[in-house]
Amino acid sequence: MGAVTAHPALGLEVSHLRVSFDGFVAVADTSFCALPGDSFGIVGESGSGKSTVLRAICGLAPKESGTVRLTGASATGAPGSKAFRRQVQMVFQDPYGSLHPRQTVDRLLAEPLAIHGMPDAEDRIERALDEVGLGQGFRFRYPHQLSGGQRQRIAIARALILEPQILLLDEPTSALDASVQAEILNLLEALRRQRNLTFIMVSHDLAVVTHLCDRLMVMQRGQTVELLAASDLAARRVAEPYTRSLMQASAGFVRKSKPG
Amino acid sequence: MNALPLLVVEDLRVAFPGRDGGMVEAVRGVSFTLGRERLGIVGESGSGKSQTGRAILGLTAPEGRVSAARLEFGGVDLLHCPPKQRRALRGGRIAMVLQDPKFSLNPVMTIGAQIMETLRAHTRVSSGEAKKRALAALESVHIDNPERVFRLYPHEVSGGMGQRAMIAMMLIADPDILIADEPTSALDVTVQLQVLAILDALVAERGMGLILVSHDLRLVSSFCDRILVMYAGRVVEELAAGGLAHAKHPYTRGLMACLPQLGASTHPLATLDRQPEWAL
Repeated sequence: MGAVTAHPALGLEVSHLRVSFDGFVAVADTSFCALPGDSFGIVGESGSGKSTVLRAICGLAPKESGTVRLTGASATGAPGSKAFRRQVQMVFQDPYGSLHPRQTVDRLLAEPLAIHGMPDAEDRIERALDEVGLGQGFRFRYPHQLSGGQRQRIAIARALILEPQILLLDEPTSALDASVQAEILNLLEALRRQRNLTFIMVSHDLAVVTHLCDRLMVMQRGQTVELLAASDLAARRVAEPYTRSLMQASAGFVRKSKPG
Repeated sequence: MNALPLLVVEDLRVAFPGRDGGMVEAVRGVSFTLGRERLGIVGESGSGKSQTGRAILGLTAPEGRVSAARLEFGGVDLLHCPPKQRRALRGGRIAMVLQDPKFSLNPVMTIGAQIMETLRAHTRVSSGEAKKRALAALESVHIDNPERVFRLYPHEVSGGMGQRAMIAMMLIADPDILIADEPTSALDVTVQLQVLAILDALVAERGMGLILVSHDLRLVSSFCDRILVMYAGRVVEELAAGGLAHAKHPYTRGLMACLPQLGASTHPLATLDRQPEWAL
């Protein structure tokens, strides 16, 4: 674990991003910036375009217009370049779908290393497994032999093994039980501190986002509704009615007093 | 709550064959009664909450073995009644709303046809009457344009709309008990509340018993009259509505503590320290 060097943190700036699929505008015009070492959250309901923003950042969705660029002292790679692809890594929502079912954990972790030509694969795999709290016993297992939480740890290890500076998290805990969610959130927080990482996290759960992020953006139907600090949300200082309705919804069911 | 419970469950057990040839018990001695009330069953994956709901309906997978000291619905012994009678009850007097409308509606039948099929399986009505009642059912779940939705296929509607259609389908035969297995987990938070409000109003209007199975402790406690907390196939605690703050069992308390909360910063989050004696 000791050999991990903390790189100077990178930030990410997205300006006027627009993504459309066959004329359907998934993201209309979105701008935000995550400062180096920052943890930035994107909240919205299904179809709001929040995941598409992440996918457009790492090149999995076609950008129609707008720019994505790294910021910070050591920012070099342009989007799509090999350096960018190593520095910006993604963790997907569903750990049941994002791991190759016929590859062992060892092979899953070795592949990104091979792609990026990183040396000492053996050491790195061992270290990555220790870091996510799994240990060497898991190295030659298949995904179906792991629980959901363990799979998500593998997905995080696969992203971190390339020593990225930015981690894109697409609903990393929504497929997990509450107690496992707490473990993964704690792990992510610890890793961020250790490695000086920048997080961009997408979630539909306001409580999870405010727990992990300092600043956040609320999206609805491809539009940015509101940009605010997590502390504002915690203190219920929100301007937009949509954000307010999300906030109320996360508090649970309220029975109307008069039967309707 | 009331003199005559709708459903009596006593020492319900559901076991499945394990890899080593033995049987693994997923539900281990669950007992409760249900009146015309909203009962919540909460637990994490693998706690046996869904299997409890399925066993009541008789939807346990064929290799599973269900046993109980008593499993009675309105005086009918569900475990020993003839299959024909059980089929008549299922969907007729006990209905179930499933988790994801994307997978639990028939993809090659229009929504209207599916609702009419349910109705005509349980009551003898003309097709004109069936259509009229299907449209009324769609309207009762707050669908604005029932004629349009009636003609649509499940893939053509949103998740919230699909779930409403499923609720309409389950309610059309006027059941006494509705079992809802994670009815809102696949939906967005704001839509979740709309669907719950619809369920709530329907349950109140018709005086049904509702069993809401969910992993979401907070949601269930804000919705139900009574909550059973399950862990490893057993009920570890029974709570009254709003009694979540007074939960005594360490599992329930741990489950509450590990949820991040708006406005309260706890870093790091408490994690659940599972004690082996909870599963005894």
